[in-house]
Amino acid sequence: MVGGKSGYIKVLVVTLLMIGTLFSGFPILWMVLNSFKPNSEIFAWPPTWISKNFLVDAYVEIFKNPEKIRFFVNSYFIAFTAVILTLAISILASYSFSRFKFRGKNVINTIIVSVQAVPPITLLIPYLSLIVTMKLYNTYGALILTYLLFTLPYAILMMTGYLNTLPKDLDEAVMMDGGSRFRALWTVLVPVSVPGLVSVGMYTFMQSWNEYLFALALTKTNEYRTVPVGISLLMGQHAYEWNQMMAMSVLGSLPVLLLFLFFQRYFIAGMTSGAVKH
Amino acid sequence: MRVEKIRRSEPYFYLAPTIILMVILLIIPIIMVVRYSFYDNVIINKHPQFIGFENFAKVFHNKSFSAAAKNTLIFVGGSVIVHLFIGMTFAMLLNTKYLSAKTKALFRVIFALPWMFTASVIAILWKMLLDPHGVVNYLLEIFNLNSTQVEWLASRDFALLSVTIINIWAGYPFYMVSILAGLQGIPSDLYESSAIDGASAVQHFFRITIPQLKPILISLLMLDFVWTLQQFALIWMTTGGGPIHSTEMLSTFIYKLGFSKYQYSQASASAVILLVICSIVAFFYVRHQRGQE
Repeated sequence: MVGGKSGYIKVLVVTLLMIGTLFSGFPILWMVLNSFKPNSEIFAWPPTWISKNFLVDAYVEIFKNPEKIRFFVNSYFIAFTAVILTLAISILASYSFSRFKFRGKNVINTIIVSVQAVPPITLLIPYLSLIVTMKLYNTYGALILTYLLFTLPYAILMMTGYLNTLPKDLDEAVMMDGGSRFRALWTVLVPVSVPGLVSVGMYTFMQSWNEYLFALALTKTNEYRTVPVGISLLMGQHAYEWNQMMAMSVLGSLPVLLLFLFFQRYFIAGMTSGAVKH
Repeated sequence: MRVEKIRRSEPYFYLAPTIILMVILLIIPIIMVVRYSFYDNVIINKHPQFIGFENFAKVFHNKSFSAAAKNTLIFVGGSVIVHLFIGMTFAMLLNTKYLSAKTKALFRVIFALPWMFTASVIAILWKMLLDPHGVVNYLLEIFNLNSTQVEWLASRDFALLSVTIINIWAGYPFYMVSILAGLQGIPSDLYESSAIDGASAVQHFFRITIPQLKPILISLLMLDFVWTLQQFALIWMTTGGGPIHSTEMLSTFIYKLGFSKYQYSQASASAVILLVICSIVAFFYVRHQRGQE
């Protein structure tokens, strides 16, 4: 035994790593593998790993189908618009929280924090009549507004935390030179807040890209439906085209996956700020 | 004193878009849903009747509601406890001195993977894995754990367990990553000085690690409780609350009441009940977050 006790610990560590990899990674590996199989082989017994009939047909089918492409276009459009609006609105709000003392600050702040606990399903019933009244039912606007509501609280709290770490001298220097507050915010604070903005942007993108309940309830035609709803509609069809569902799942997960891989630190900072004080 | 007035209103100017959005999309809907819960035949009838707490009484006497409440309790309790356990184990694993930085980085990505997927992908993927002819049953068979083809999601005995497992898979990375951030924030001299006193690894864990992580763990448990309580998409797309209400949750119960039975008044009453539970937890969460500052 190498080093006695620490040898046992190493064996334990490696075992746990293997179990963990199987648990977290295997389902995803299986999804990818199945997207390259013919549909008849999905439930083969014993299962095939890499099919002898390796196919990219499922992907081709999706790219040839304008209705499915549309789900992706919708998702990208809605998510990007939500990101831009969330960033703009949250930086203004957090500037106010970070640099001013004013009446009602605590109340507004408490409301913002507690939004995170309001169950979406509670809002859905009144929301539907509200959205219909505003003539936004089955539009991009309905979904973008909804996602703003869900992402703003987190975005504002994170950006306020970020701006609080920046010294007030930064913006005051601009104002001494006769610049407006707005200019100080735009030319000095925004450029140095880029890491915070990236985290907030990724968080917003992920939330908007992944949301299901409202995307399902507030749209009626495939013209405005997003990827998660598109995938779930595939499930409702008569014949299950499992390979296509898997291919669609792979494609639908890629944007968030790539964001995570390339911007891991920002991503994690954005996603965990509810629990961890950075 | 016009200038003074402008200066005083300045913070509100920056907050205006946020406040307008919150009022229209949050405050008004909440007032609406609370009001709905006290009226009969809302939305469908233009002039609904005020009926006091009758909707609540009906909901509490509904057998599917009590089934949903019970299932939700099991689902939330099971998910939260196992999330904490797996999250803690993986975080500690990724923080040991026995692995190189590169190995840790690689496994951090692998273990965080389930986090990246949207509910409909997770639902469809697990429906495939848990199919009676699926790969989970195959693996159980070759490891001699079970040889019958279990209908994981379609049998009353296993459906609740199955959706809980799916939810555990989908949710533990948030714990893992948060706890890992917490572990890395614990000053190493705490461990060093306690090692000099001859404390064992187990003592380290309970005397230093847990107390140091306490604020993060409390936040995690409260957030996860609220999130899991509201979980709709995963259940809806895997079992739809069935078979025969065996995976009915408060969220699917509300959705069905409102959107397939058009009982908006009762649906609103149940939604208000859910809101009250979440608000109580949120109250403690906010107080806890404030306490940390």
